[in-house]
Amino acid sequence: MSFELNGKVYETDDDGYLVNLDDWNEEVAGYIAQQEGVDMTEAHWEVVNFLRDYYQEYKIAPMIKILIKEMKKMFGPEKGSNAYLYQLYPAGPALQACKIAGLPKPTGCV
Amino acid sequence: MSDELKTPLLDELEKGAWPSFVTDLKSMAGKSNMVKDLLRQLEKSYRDKRGYWKHGGLVGVMGYGGGVIGRYSALPDEFPGVSHFHTLRINQTSGWFYTSKALNELMDIWDEHGSGLLNMHGSTGDLVFLGTVSDELEPTFRAVTEKGWDLGGSGSDLRTPSCCVGPARCENACFDTMALTYNITHKYQDELHRPMFNYKYKIKMSGCPNDCTAAIARSDMGVIGIWKDDIRVNQAEFANYVDSGFNVQEFVVEKCPTKCISVEGKEIKIDNSNCVKCMHCINTMPKALAVGKDRGVAITLGAKAPIVEGALFGSVMVPFMKMEPPFEEFHDLLGRIWEFWDEYGKNRERIGEFIVRIGLATFIEGIGLDPIPQMVKQPRDNPYIFFEEYYKEEEEK
Ligand code: HEM
Ligand code: HEM
Ligand code: SF4
Ligand code: SF4
Repeated sequence: MSFELNGKVYETDDDGYLVNLDDWNEEVAGYIAQQEGVDMTEAHWEVVNFLRDYYQEYKIAPMIKILIKEMKKMFGPEKGSNAYLYQLYPAGPALQACKIAGLPKPTGCV
Repeated sequence: MSDELKTPLLDELEKGAWPSFVTDLKSMAGKSNMVKDLLRQLEKSYRDKRGYWKHGGLVGVMGYGGGVIGRYSALPDEFPGVSHFHTLRINQTSGWFYTSKALNELMDIWDEHGSGLLNMHGSTGDLVFLGTVSDELEPTFRAVTEKGWDLGGSGSDLRTPSCCVGPARCENACFDTMALTYNITHKYQDELHRPMFNYKYKIKMSGCPNDCTAAIARSDMGVIGIWKDDIRVNQAEFANYVDSGFNVQEFVVEKCPTKCISVEGKEIKIDNSNCVKCMHCINTMPKALAVGKDRGVAITLGAKAPIVEGALFGSVMVPFMKMEPPFEEFHDLLGRIWEFWDEYGKNRERIGEFIVRIGLATFIEGIGLDPIPQMVKQPRDNPYIFFEEYYKEEEEK
């Protein structure tokens, strides 16, 4: 699968995750968010930027518990909760936020 | 593809003495193409000796990270009816009490939105809706929540708490299993619906050591009713058992695992200080014997199935805790356990594996419990914990 934005074609997997991490930019993120029905506010960008930074450093998406802990450290306790993350990304931080951040699809079992 | 359904191999499964799921599925194949293709795919699996399900797939409903298990057929062109076949876990009622009206409503919803196949109740406790397509997940969720139901847990979250029928029907119940289940289901909604643990965390409540939910083997945290005082004895009823010709010596006295029962004439004596509360004598002579009056629970931690690491039984962490609303002592303990596991546990490491890895001594220190002899003495043949110091202390007494 793929989508086109401003004349450039972006390759994605079956679920719409970017295949090439380097394709990512804020415009692309905005486009994916729109497809997901997510209205990107500053709070949304905080999560996406954290995910990208983390991925660049560790080459893996953070576990949810780490995401929550780090959010708490950086932005305070009311932002360091699972409920808060689901408010921003109703389909879940792993699914939706990672997709918008251009990270590969999180693998998970049952 | 022909519309006819030929399943010679599956048909074999209908021949035995037991009710067969094949018969059930066939009875529904007429009105559901999903069920028809399910049978076809299963028949092919039996013939080819391999499964044709793809694993995983991230599906869910908005606002929740758990409750839906995504499944796709590996042969969607051949079996379009099961190209998606997602499972929804519906949070069951405590004690499994339903009105027929409620059941009818649920079945109508599922006939409309899914395959119509139900599984009540699986090992998780949930009422399981088997098989629907991605586009029907939100509508199903909406329909069940409108009727007051909710999804259960799946993935790395608090799994749907589950309990035995307890005091609603059973005289052995040492605490209100249904009240505790209801309480924690409501208190921990976030943990139940939005996975954030290292891995799954199952809590099961059994009213007495008969452990009808198999909490000791199947839950990360087993909450099992227990009493501290003496087994209650009705000597007149005991005498009736003897008079009726019941072989008390063979079936009760000799079967007591700690040999703490003796009989003189028509009178039973129990050395309660040596009773390990196995329930055998009470189960065998329910009219004469009953659980004590000073009741609470024992809490076990760490049981799990053999997947990833080997199977584990739960070990006693708390030999006795009073268990009455508002259950604050329990919430408190659970909070400390989750915090410690969260901080030091690894991804996909169950609490039992975590305890084995870091050692019981470190673990109980981490959750703020004092070591006590019962932690190793029950179960006495516990295969993997040896707490030398405390063994010695016991022996010296
Ligand atoms: C490589 C393939 C698979 C792996 C590694 C795998 C692994 C697992 C694991 C680790 C569990 C959790 C067990 C526990 O409770 O401790 C599980 C549960 C489960 N799996 Fe799989 N699985 C695989 C394939 C499948 C397939 C093909 C299906 C269905 C089409 C399936 C259906 C389920 C279901 C329904 C459960 C939940 C059972 C319950 O909670 O009672 N799995 N699987
Ligand atoms: C010969 C065929 C089958 C056998 C022997 C079998 C066996 C089992 C067993 C032993 C369990 C655990 C039950 C428990 O302890 O509660 C289980 C659970 C389950 N089975 Fe099957 N099964 C079969 C066919 C199927 C089919 C055809 C499906 C789906 C279409 C299915 C879906 C499930 C699910 C979803 C669960 C877990 C329910 C829960 O969440 O607790 N099974 N099965
Ligand atoms: S576990 Fe005990 S209390 Fe619960 S139903 Fe079974 S026998 Fe009764
Ligand atoms: S409950 Fe079990 S251990 Fe206790 S007296 Fe009865 S048979 Fe013996």
